[in-house]
Order: sequence, then C-alpha cells, then structure tokens
Amino acid sequence: MAVATPALTPTDIVRQSIEGRRFSPINALVAFTMLFTLLSSVVILITLLADTIAAALPVFASRGLSFVTASLSPTAASAGIWQGIMGSLALTAFVIAVAFPLGVAAAVYLEEYASDNRFTRFINANIRNLAGVPSIVYGILGLFLFVEILMRGVFGAEGGIGGRNVIAGGLTLAVLVLPIMIITTSEALRAVPGALREASMAVGATRWETIKHQVLPVAIPAILTGTVLTIARAFGESAPLLLAGAQLSLFFSVSSEASFTDLITTQPYTALPIIVFNFARQPQAEFVSLTAAAIVVLLVMLLTVNAAAVLVRDRYEQRYR
Amino acid sequence: MAIVEQQRDSTIDLTGDVRRRRREAIVKAVFFGAAAISILISIAIVLALIGKAWAFLTSIELGQLWGNGWFPRRGRFDLMALFVHTLMITGIAMMVAAPFGLGSAIYLSEYARSGVRRVLKPTLEILAGIPSVVLGFFALQFITPNIVRGLFPGAQSANFLAAGIAVGILTIPLVASVSEDAMKAVPGSLREASYGLGAKQWHTALRVVFPAAISGIIAALILGIARAVGETMVVALAAGLNGIMTFNPTEGGLTMTGAIANLAVGSDQVAGDVAAFQSLFFVGLVLFVLTLGLNVVSGRIVRRYRQRY
Repeated sequence: MAVATPALTPTDIVRQSIEGRRFSPINALVAFTMLFTLLSSVVILITLLADTIAAALPVFASRGLSFVTASLSPTAASAGIWQGIMGSLALTAFVIAVAFPLGVAAAVYLEEYASDNRFTRFINANIRNLAGVPSIVYGILGLFLFVEILMRGVFGAEGGIGGRNVIAGGLTLAVLVLPIMIITTSEALRAVPGALREASMAVGATRWETIKHQVLPVAIPAILTGTVLTIARAFGESAPLLLAGAQLSLFFSVSSEASFTDLITTQPYTALPIIVFNFARQPQAEFVSLTAAAIVVLLVMLLTVNAAAVLVRDRYEQRYR
Repeated sequence: MAIVEQQRDSTIDLTGDVRRRRREAIVKAVFFGAAAISILISIAIVLALIGKAWAFLTSIELGQLWGNGWFPRRGRFDLMALFVHTLMITGIAMMVAAPFGLGSAIYLSEYARSGVRRVLKPTLEILAGIPSVVLGFFALQFITPNIVRGLFPGAQSANFLAAGIAVGILTIPLVASVSEDAMKAVPGSLREASYGLGAKQWHTALRVVFPAAISGIIAALILGIARAVGETMVVALAAGLNGIMTFNPTEGGLTMTGAIANLAVGSDQVAGDVAAFQSLFFVGLVLFVLTLGLNVVSGRIVRRYRQRY
C-alpha cells in the first residue's frame, strides 16, 4: 500500500490562495453534483449486488452447494450449474492458451520491433477497431470460421453437435479478447523506460536478448494484470457463445464414457453466463432465484480472478521494484 | 590474415555471429506473424458477414426489407423496426451514460483528491467488469418493477426504458474513463491561468477544462454510442421480442443485436428456413459497418485533439 501523500498540486495551491476561504455556494453545488454522479455508480453497484444476493439466498439456504455441483435439469428444484462452471473453465483455458502468447507476441512486435511506418499504423488502427467490434459479431465470425470451416470443413464434424464444441467456442472468445490483450500488453511495454533498452544494447545484447532479459521482466506484472482482467472479460462474455455453439437448452447430458478428447470435440458444452441467460428467460417464478444464485457464483468466480490479478501484481512489483 | 581483415571491418564485427543473427531474424518473423493475425481476423470477419449477407439479399425481394415488422420466419425483414428500436435503446442509454459518465469524469479529473480517487475509481472499474447478462437480469428483475413501473404502471415486463437504462449503466465506465483521460490531458497551465484571472473552481472545470477537452469528450460519447448499439445480452433479456415498430419506450421490441440473438437462440427451429438464418448475417453486417464507422470517427477525433496539446 502506498503511503498517503498530501495531494495538493501546484494548481491547487494557486487556486486556494486566490479563492481564499470564502464559501461559494455555486462552487459547492457543482462539486456536489459531480460527486453525486460518481456516487450513483456506487449506489447502482451496491443495489445490484444486494438485490441479486437477496434473491439468491433462498436457493443457497435450501440447497446449499448442491446447486453448484448438480447438473442441468429442466426442473428448477434440481437444476444445477456444474456443467456451466466446467465449460467456462475449459473456455478460459483455450483463451489463455491462444490469446496470451499471440497477444504478447503481437504487442512485442508492435512496440519493440516495428518502425513507425504506414503498415504499422494500419495494424495499430486495425487492432483498435477490432476492439470496438460488438461481441455478437465475433459470434458470427466463430460460427463461420471455427464451427463451419474448421470443425465441419477441416475436421469433418458431422452429426451430434455438428462441430459446435468447446474448442470452437474457446477460439471464438480468444479472437474476441486478442485485440484487448494486445492493447494492454502494448501499454505495459510502453511504460518500460527506454534507458533500459539502450543500456542493454550498448553492452552488446541483441533486440531479442534485450526484450527477454530486460523489457519483459520489468513489464510482466502489468502484462499479467492486464491478462487476468482480459480473461475475466472472456469469462463473463456470453453473446458470442450464443452463435458459436454453447448449448442453449435447459438440459443436456454428456455421454458418461466420454474421454477427455471426446469432451472437447464431440460433446456439447455450455458456459456459466449462458446458463444465467437461459435461467433468466424462463417464465416460471422459481427460476428467478435460480438465476440470481447462478449470478452470485459467476460474480464470486470473477471476483476471485480479479483478486488473483491484484495479488500477482503486488507480488511481482515487489520483486522488480 | 583473417584477423587483420576483421579488425579493419568493425561494423561486421559488431553484428555478431551468424547463429545469433539468424535467431534474431526468426524471433522477429514470429512476432510479426502474431501482429499480422489481427489483419487476418478483420478479413475473416468481413468474409463471414459478406458471403451470407449477399446470399440473403439475393434470395429475398428488397421490398421485404421495409415495413410490416421483423418476422424472419414469415419472410418479413423490416430493417426500419430494428433501426428505430436500436436508436431508442441507444438514446435512453446515452441519456444515462452521458450525464453520469461525464459528471464522474469531471469529479475524478478536477475535484477528487488522490485518496478519494483511490476509493471511487475502482468502483467504476468493478462496474465495467460486471457481465452484461447480469445487467440484463437486473433490468428485468429490478429496474422494470421498481423504476419503470413506478413511473409508468402500465409498462410491459420487457421494455426499452429498463433495457436502455441497463445498457446506459454498462456504458458509464467507458464514457467516464475516456473523457477523464481527455480532461487530464488538458495542460495545468490552462487551469492556473484561469485561477490567476480570478475564476472559481467550478468555472475552471466547466468553462475552461471541459471546452478544452471537448473533442476527447465527444470521442468518448461516440465510443459510448458504439458500445450501446452493439450491446446484446441486456437487450436479448430485457427489451422483448416484438418485431413490430414502436416508438413507445414502455413497450419492448427487437433491436439489431436482439434480432441476431433471437435468431441464434431459435436457430434449431429455423435451420430449414435458409433466408431467416441468413438474415442474421445481414443484420450482423449492418451492425459491424455501423459500429466500425462510429469507432473510426471517434479515433479520428481523438488523434486530432492529441495533436493540439
């Protein structure tokens, strides 16, 4: 934790000495209005959490953790979210495996190798625009590129789920977060002082040796923090999976003798946010508390991931300070 | 002999041995490949959209794209209804996101001491991290019964007002963070000059810093609009399934993203109906072009204002 420092900037001091101690009602009113808009977000957040937890309590009170460990079921009384948790974790594994190395490599190229020419500017603009493409459009891309072309075309997945497997879903989410991954990593690399690179090259290191031994070790806490936040975003994402193949029914089962390879290639899957969506659109009243309970689990998992990001950052920052 | 030659040609000496240089070239090529993938992704998105969107346009009569509501299974593809509904959601969302996002940005940039910042800024970051499907549930279960029905008791259970407010809440952090960056980029000398002329703090914040950062603020609002137009899960849950055009914010209806999500959710049933399924790609293309345009415009504005300071 940083030590609290007096936060007076030179501008503050100039202002205070000119304004003096006179009370200005309009000043107070404007300051209060601005603070009110900011505090509204706090109120919204607290309301959202309190309302959801209150609605979820009956489920956890009556069923405890069996709600978490049970499988999907069309009857609200026995429906659980285990498949969604496993599906989301599997999707996240694919996102990490694909988007992390690609994103870091692309950012290293753009920040450390590329000269400032038209082509580099084009790639940078392209990445910024990709980051602004709505997530549902990535779902259409996933349906076209990964389900239809890769799974059905290249691997010949027919029948059953027809290539709508967790690999296609994971690749879709990886492509979705790749631009964000590149942007956050680029920012982390840009924050590394240039003197470090110059010193390294001055003693004879090549560019790659400089990156490997000087730049990346310094940038890694920021890169990892950005990565974890990006992964959290993928974890809560559901719109692309509507199209890219997650199961949208209230109930499905996985063959009991399915091997690991079967699970990721020929067996259906779903994700936790998709289950939230499915529960939320059921008309029966008992699904309301079930939805809230699934949201609580989703938010707890996201919070854990974000806390992990903070821990990782703190730990590495101490090492390289 | 060789030694003498090497001593003379010192630049070659400095480039190091062949293996080291080769490794350097390979590493650079791999990294370049990773960066180039982003272009392939863009091309793939365009290909994914254009092929089936074109197939859709050629398989229907263009008159089907106008009037009569959006009912893809009955061959009625009223783009106007989707546009109007999307505009309504976006309009309501920006009525929430613009004042609250900009107000938060002004407070964080011009008023907040660093201690207050450290406590309040993460709140916006947490809000930004809430999955949109959660806000959709919040719109259905909290905003509609407690806020919308409080004002309009006859509101439908799925309505534009609740969905728009929820989308607006999702957009607040984006508007706040981009416009705060813009205001922070305003040089301190402008503030000092303003105080030096005797202006009060509110005057400096609203009449000096805000106008100086206006291009960045406009860019933030455009980004917010693009975000609101593309938001899917809130709309899919809380904006309803009505395909007939309505201007009534207490009723619900399909937006562009809502129509795509609805087709995806029901795709098993429409698998036989080719045109209905392909309409999904057409709406996706329209959505892509629209948000891309907004993002490009916003990027242009940001770059221009960066040059000024």
